[in-house]
Amino acid sequence: MAISVKVMQRKNQEISYLRAALKGMALTFSHLKRPSVTMQYPEETKTEDWKLPERWRGTHRMLTDEQGRAKCVACGLCPQICPANCIKLVPGEDEEGHRYPLVYEIDEFRCVFCGYCQEVCPEEAIHVGQHYENAEYSRDRFVYDLERLCAQTHPVSTLWDPSDARGE
Amino acid sequence: MTPELKGFLLVASLKILVAFSLVNVGVIMVIWAERRVSAFLQDRLGPNRVGPLGLLQSLADGVKNFTKEETYPAEADPVVFVLAPVLSFIPAMLAAAVIPFGSPLPGFDMTLPIIGQIVYSGEIPMMIADLPIGFLFILAITSLGVYGIVMAGWSSNNKYAFLGSLRGSAQMVSYEIAMGMGLVALMILVGNVTLTEAIARQQESTWFIFPLFIGFFLFAVSSLAETNRLPFDLPETESELVTGFHTEYSSMKFSMFFMAEYANMITASAMMATLFFGGWDIPFTTWDEGPASYLRFFATFGVFLAKTWMFMLTFIWIRWTLPRFRFDQLMQLGWKFMIPLALGYIMLIATTVWVLDTRGVEFGIVYSLILFAVNLPLTYVLFSILDRGKVLGGSQHKRVKVSA
Ligand code: SF4
Ligand code: SF4
Repeated sequence: MAISVKVMQRKNQEISYLRAALKGMALTFSHLKRPSVTMQYPEETKTEDWKLPERWRGTHRMLTDEQGRAKCVACGLCPQICPANCIKLVPGEDEEGHRYPLVYEIDEFRCVFCGYCQEVCPEEAIHVGQHYENAEYSRDRFVYDLERLCAQTHPVSTLWDPSDARGE
Repeated sequence: MTPELKGFLLVASLKILVAFSLVNVGVIMVIWAERRVSAFLQDRLGPNRVGPLGLLQSLADGVKNFTKEETYPAEADPVVFVLAPVLSFIPAMLAAAVIPFGSPLPGFDMTLPIIGQIVYSGEIPMMIADLPIGFLFILAITSLGVYGIVMAGWSSNNKYAFLGSLRGSAQMVSYEIAMGMGLVALMILVGNVTLTEAIARQQESTWFIFPLFIGFFLFAVSSLAETNRLPFDLPETESELVTGFHTEYSSMKFSMFFMAEYANMITASAMMATLFFGGWDIPFTTWDEGPASYLRFFATFGVFLAKTWMFMLTFIWIRWTLPRFRFDQLMQLGWKFMIPLALGYIMLIATTVWVLDTRGVEFGIVYSLILFAVNLPLTYVLFSILDRGKVLGGSQHKRVKVSA
C-alpha cells in the first residue's frame, strides 16, 4: 500500500524563497536601528522594562525584633517542611521559658528556594529575599549561620498570594 | 648589493609586512565586527567590555586560546591532525599576496645611514606580487584550503568531523566551477587575468558590476559557498554535526581554522571589490589615475578598505539573516542552476562582445552600458525562475501518485 501524500498547490508568493530571503534581509536590517534591549548587568541591575520581581525567592533573611534578637522561636516547622533538608536547627530555652535557636544554619547551596520555610514560619522570622548575588569562593561559605542571616538587609519576598494570583 | 637590489628587497619586505598585517588585523576586526553586528541585528550589544567598544575582545580571545589545553583524540592520526589547521590557514593568508590595495607609490632614490644608497625606479605597485596569473592564483590558492578541511575531518577519527569534511569538499569543488566560470566573462572583457589590468579596464569604462551583473551574482553566491559561510556552512552545521570538521580541535588549532575562515572572507570581499567594484578606484573622478603620489595612495587605499568592508558587512548581514540550505538543495543550486547559468552567461557575454567589437564600438562607458542592457532581461528571467521556487523546491514539487 502506497503512502498517500497530499501535495499542496501553493501560490508562488507563498513558496518563493527569494522573496522570503529579501524580506528577511529587510527585517534584520530594520533591527539595526532599534535600540538594544541589553541590561548592562553589573552596572545596571534594573531597567525600565525589568526589575527584580517582588515575589523573587533568593538569599534568606532572618527578621529580628526590637532588641535585635532573631524572631525565631525554634518551633522546628521550617526544618520539617524544607524539601531540600538544608535547615539545621538546635532549639534552646532560656530561664523564662522562651525558646530560641541555639544553632540555626541554612545551606544556601542545597536550598531549592521554594520559599516553604517562609510560608510555614508562625513568627514570620525566616524569609526568602529579593536578592541573588550570593556567589562565594568556597562551598562552606554557603552555609549561613544565624548571625549572617540576621545581618542581611535586602527586602524580603512577598511570596505568591493565591487570592491575587496575578500579582495585581 | 646594488642599490636597485637593496631598494627592491626593502620595498618587497615592507609590502609583505603591510599586506599580511592588513589581513591579520582585518581578521581580528572582522571577528569583532561579526559579533557586534550580529548583536545589533538581534537588538543586543555584543562584546563591549575589552578595550574601547570591545575592540580588543578578539585579541583577548586569542590569548585565551593560546593558553588553553590542547586535546588530541585517542585514535587520531597525529601528523595529519596537526597539519590540517596549518594547511587551511596558510592558503588563506597567501591569497592576499596578489590583491592591489592602493594606487602605486612613486619610486625613490635616496641614501640611508647604515644601508647606503637605495634606488627604486619607476612606480611601486601596491601589491606583494603583480603576478601575470592574477586572480587564477587566488582561485588556486584558496581552493587549497579544502585540503585542510578534508584532512581535519579524516584525521580526527570522528564521524561528525568526517561527514563535515565530506560535505566541505563536495561543496567547495562544486562551487569552484561556478566561481571560475563566472569570472570567465570578466576575463573576456579584461583581456587577461591580472588584477591591475582589471582595475585599469574598469577605470576606462564603468565598474564591472554593471556590464557583468550576473557574473557578480554568480561570484558572490559561490564565494559564500567557498568560504563556508551561512547559508552554505554545511561543513559546520552545528545543529547536526556538532561543529563539523573542527569538532575535535581545541585551543590554537581551532583558532587557526577560525582565522582561516575570516581570512578567506576578507579575500573574497577584496576580490569582489577589485573585480566588480573598481578596486581602489575612486568613483566619479579621474584624479586617482594621475601620476603616483603618497596622497593618492592613501586616498585610494581608504576607498579600497571601505569597499572591502562593505562586502564583509554584507557577508555578516547575510549570515545572521538566512537559514542554512539543506545539503541536496545546495548541490542542486550548484550543479543545476549556477553552472548552467555560468555557461550560458559566458556565451551571452562573448556574443555581445563579438557583436560590439565587429561593429567597431569603442571600449568605454557606452560599451559597458550596452552590456548592462543585455544583462537586464537575463536578470529578469533568472529571478522569475528563482522566484517560482522550482530550482530548490523540496519534495513539495514532485508529483506523488496518491493511491489507497
Ligand atoms: S527555601 Fe525551601 S529549600 Fe530553601 S531553606 Fe526554605 S524550605 Fe528549605
Ligand atoms: S519556622 Fe520560623 S520560628 Fe519555627 S524554627 Fe523556623 S524560623 Fe524558627
